[in-house]
Amino acid sequence: MNGARHRQWGGGLAIYAFAYLAFLYIPVLLLPLFSFNDSLFIAFPLRGFTTKWYAAMAADTQMRAALWNTLKVGATASLVSTILGLLAAKALTQSAPLPSRGFVLGFANLSLFIPEIVIGIALLILMTSVGLPLSLTSVVIGHVLICLPFALLVLMSRLEGFDSSLEEASRDLGENAWMTFWRVTFPLVLPGIIASLLLTFIVSFDDFMLAFFLCGTDTTLPVYIFGELRFPYKLPNVLALGAAILIASAALIALAEWARRLGAEGAARDRVIGA
Amino acid sequence: MLLSPTTALLLFALAAPIALLVLYSFWTQSGFNVDTQPTLVQYATVFTREGYRTLFLRSVAISSVVTLVTVALAYPIAYFVAFRVQRAKFTWLLLLTIPFWTSYLLRVFAWKVILGFNGVINSGLISLGLISRPLEFLLYNPTAVVVTMAHTYAAFAILPIYVSLEKIDRSLLEAAADLGDGPFRRFMRVTLPLSLPGIIGAAVLIFVPTTGDYVTPSLVGGSDGVMIANLIQVQFGRVNNWPLGAALAISSMAAVGIIAVSVTQAARLAVARIR
Amino acid sequence: MEGSDFIRIDKVTKQFGAATAVDGVSLHIAKGEFFSLLGPSGCGKTTLLRMIGGFAFPDEGRIVLDGADVTDLPPNRRPTNMVFQSYAIFPHLNVRDNIAYGLRVERMSAGERNARVDEALAMIRLSGYGERKAQQLSGGERQRVALARALVKRPKVLLLDEPLGALDKRLRETMQIELRQIQRDVGITFIFVTHDQEEALSMSDRVAVMEKGRVLQVADPKTLYERPVSRAVADFIGTMNFFEGRLVDLSNGKATVETAALGRVEASMPSGGTFAPGARVLIAIRPEKLVLSHEQPEAPFVPGKIVAASYLGDRSQIQVSISGADTPVAVVTQTSTAFRDGEFVYISWRSGGPLLIAE
Repeated sequence: MNGARHRQWGGGLAIYAFAYLAFLYIPVLLLPLFSFNDSLFIAFPLRGFTTKWYAAMAADTQMRAALWNTLKVGATASLVSTILGLLAAKALTQSAPLPSRGFVLGFANLSLFIPEIVIGIALLILMTSVGLPLSLTSVVIGHVLICLPFALLVLMSRLEGFDSSLEEASRDLGENAWMTFWRVTFPLVLPGIIASLLLTFIVSFDDFMLAFFLCGTDTTLPVYIFGELRFPYKLPNVLALGAAILIASAALIALAEWARRLGAEGAARDRVIGA
Repeated sequence: MLLSPTTALLLFALAAPIALLVLYSFWTQSGFNVDTQPTLVQYATVFTREGYRTLFLRSVAISSVVTLVTVALAYPIAYFVAFRVQRAKFTWLLLLTIPFWTSYLLRVFAWKVILGFNGVINSGLISLGLISRPLEFLLYNPTAVVVTMAHTYAAFAILPIYVSLEKIDRSLLEAAADLGDGPFRRFMRVTLPLSLPGIIGAAVLIFVPTTGDYVTPSLVGGSDGVMIANLIQVQFGRVNNWPLGAALAISSMAAVGIIAVSVTQAARLAVARIR
Repeated sequence: MEGSDFIRIDKVTKQFGAATAVDGVSLHIAKGEFFSLLGPSGCGKTTLLRMIGGFAFPDEGRIVLDGADVTDLPPNRRPTNMVFQSYAIFPHLNVRDNIAYGLRVERMSAGERNARVDEALAMIRLSGYGERKAQQLSGGERQRVALARALVKRPKVLLLDEPLGALDKRLRETMQIELRQIQRDVGITFIFVTHDQEEALSMSDRVAVMEKGRVLQVADPKTLYERPVSRAVADFIGTMNFFEGRLVDLSNGKATVETAALGRVEASMPSGGTFAPGARVLIAIRPEKLVLSHEQPEAPFVPGKIVAASYLGDRSQIQVSISGADTPVAVVTQTSTAFRDGEFVYISWRSGGPLLIAE
């Protein structure tokens, strides 16, 4: 009796779950759908198949410049935030907890709890106050800030399952601190590092709000897209671009999650067997 | 020592800008320059100007509704993945997070396209012959903002709730059943209280950034959907009154902080009464 | 450097915040010895071992190893190697590379390295296991790999931090024998940390019993069992009955003690310590040194009543309540005679059973 009700509940939940997935995906999938539609207007019924919007997109030199800027910013921000995150995560997960652990962690995650607009205007004020011109560099600084919580999240969960006696064993067997990092710590944390690089790259690539305030004249792709949204005749180009971005970032994320799981499962397995 | 680069970045790129922002809020704008004579005049404007108060209250109201709706929609799905999905957990989580990582700007834009006067829903319904004239209530109102944000911030709700549900020791549920609780009472007395940290985390992670989101209101909100962040943004753009913008940002951040902390505490107290 | 000065631990103290983990410990360990540090968790034994290995550094005192002061050297510059409690098998390397890990530091030829690894694999009887990953090994196999990885470095001292703690009882007993055999074969000094007194007694040449950061007694297993110097040592090693009393006479190596529970008892003197007639002392008697009978034996004896009897197969453990003692007396008997709950019995003791211990 109880079991039957259970199954009924479970069935209802499953239906809800698929409905929710539809809610998440339909809006997103409309972009690729209409990007092949031969009409300036994004409306039903569909008018026929075309790839001309993709051709127009590829020919758009401004867009290409913006894309290149975004890639440069993303690569730099992800690398810097992952390195900083790795150093900090290493310090924060040491077996003897630092007295400042809670403080630093809270501080690093603070940017998650401050509206991005506030971070954006605050950095804008800082840049003008110290007389630095707005450029891709200022965008990178802002992005490293908002990427740091994600890098820390991924790397700390990887390092938390890390048995510190592995490093001690390496020292005991004659390796110095640097070689111990290279031969033991790095290979074991590598899945986390890859996941962190990919995730932070996406966070940076996707960011509009900070870049809007900080990029000056060096437009990044989201800022460029935001500008294009004002011109109805450019919408199909944006759709084509959006579809391309969707596919690329979905692939990157799947890759990042895969790397993270790989690491997490490895760590969990080691713990189970070590226990 | 490993923490010093991160701490340096946080001091330079987070603490210093926020401190400057606070300073700015006590200054005044005169033409293109800033008068650094300390004054409370900006805060006086923030709190007394009629339109600002309405705008502020509406922002809090919209963000609150978004938070409630998003968490309420996300809880069942997180529950489903944590308790009902057996083998494909990873796939489900991946499916649920991929839209979150794909261009925020494009997702908001997708909703504009869906809900618009000549948009997907209207054109779809017309071509199906269900309506003869486009529905006008879909776009450019607070409801459109809520729907869009419930979509764009979904992952912020799903992931923390999922983590807290997944952490619940399954033997606790068996114990509750063993002691006589049916599925519903067991959920109310064990599952819900134990997942509260996830719910609170989700609520804060949605409430805080949505109050600072000016993209969604400006794309789908119309004049009734304008939020405080739009007002802050124009102070740094068109209006060029940075001190007023700073005061608006600081006041809204303080208010958001106070609301978040007090609601969190109230929720904790309420759930602590569940025996 | 022969003799008992191979390892000299000299007044070593280590504090963690306000807590003193190791408190002025001095020990001398001989070359080739199997030496155990025994004590309850938190007694400082692991901290002491980690200071010998270079994973912690003393606040005071020196550690001298084969004539060289190693007190401040990092682990990679000490002639010691460690078998970790968690084994610390590198999960990204296979068995062979785990064992070769330390040899690669020494930059020897690949041929020699392989030979050394093969030899080590043979020693731990895992010759076919070289290509396996850590995850594919059982607990006992991981333990052996950790041992081989440390021994292949040919350390002067091997440190073992509760290496058998994670294994089940039967495997633990097998590994105890195997470990002792390997130690005899390689002739390396072993310092072994454990909280299991049976393990320490059965494997070691000598044992240091520790409590609250201090060494209570250092002795060979037989002395430790038969001549504990304090109540704490006697309590920690095996079961012991204690009776309070007053020393009335000291003559030719024997002490006479007046106790409330047993009357007048003749006891052996411990090796150390000075006693004066009239002092309050303890009489300690092992359960197997007591004799139980239904009929009245020759004096001295005390009458009592059985409150609990547990049958353990080859022997029985009987709890007997006697007047003048707060807690029942534990007696171990052969199972030839049956004793039951509630029976009235007589307790007598073998000569040489009672020990004198300072209170």
